[in-house]
Amino acid sequence: MNFSSQHSDDERSLKTIVIPSDLAAAKEPEQAILREAQINGFSEDAIFAIKLTLEEAITNAIKHGNKCDRTKKVTVRYAVDAHQVVICIRDEGAGFDPDAVPDPTKPERISLPNGRGILLMKAYMSEVTYRCNGTEIFLRKRNE
Amino acid sequence: MPADRPELKVTHSDGVCVVEFADRKILEELSINQIGEELTRLAEQHQPTNMLLNFMNVEHLSSAALGMLITLHKRIVELGGQLKLTDIKPQIYEVFKITRLNKIFDIHDSAAKAKASFAK
Repeated sequence: MNFSSQHSDDERSLKTIVIPSDLAAAKEPEQAILREAQINGFSEDAIFAIKLTLEEAITNAIKHGNKCDRTKKVTVRYAVDAHQVVICIRDEGAGFDPDAVPDPTKPERISLPNGRGILLMKAYMSEVTYRCNGTEIFLRKRNE
Repeated sequence: MPADRPELKVTHSDGVCVVEFADRKILEELSINQIGEELTRLAEQHQPTNMLLNFMNVEHLSSAALGMLITLHKRIVELGGQLKLTDIKPQIYEVFKITRLNKIFDIHDSAAKAKASFAK
């Protein structure tokens, strides 16, 4: 797996959870990460933000990345300390261009049912970076 | 008529179908489709439908939940009714603000105010 040099320091000691492309399976990494965030003293607002972001990112990996193909995996790597939560989520799909996703708040798109996941993740995280042709998302939430 | 799902507490008051989400995690990804189908079924049962969704117990929702609400809203409007939301916690309301959906949905602070605002 290629790491961006920008994030390599953050990713030296990540824990890994691999799940099938099944929305129910997303609970395992979500609960593991939130438990550690609570232990490390993240605020209620930060926990809310991390939970929402995890759900959006893992759902996107399952639905859009892996097309709900249960034979394909989603790899969740994470590290939590008192200062930040770092999460990498990777799917086995073909990738996409996140910059090509239209703004869901525009008048012509506001009434559409889809397309808000990336907007929400960027609003709630300290950092959101897509890598590996869009098959991997790097998320950082600082404990402020 | 009682809802088929125990997570939804449904009452009818002054021509308004009031739906209270009984489970704080009801609007998570896993259950969204089923919840949306049930709410649509309720809307189609009594037309035109005035429906009030009470979020007092909701502590989390996903973008899929927002999509479900948009689809439900469209259907209710098609049927000549109105959809309003009430008792949304500040953290949840922030999600509506970020997505600008606070401008699309009719959101109230209390169920009483929301009920009073339904056009007769």
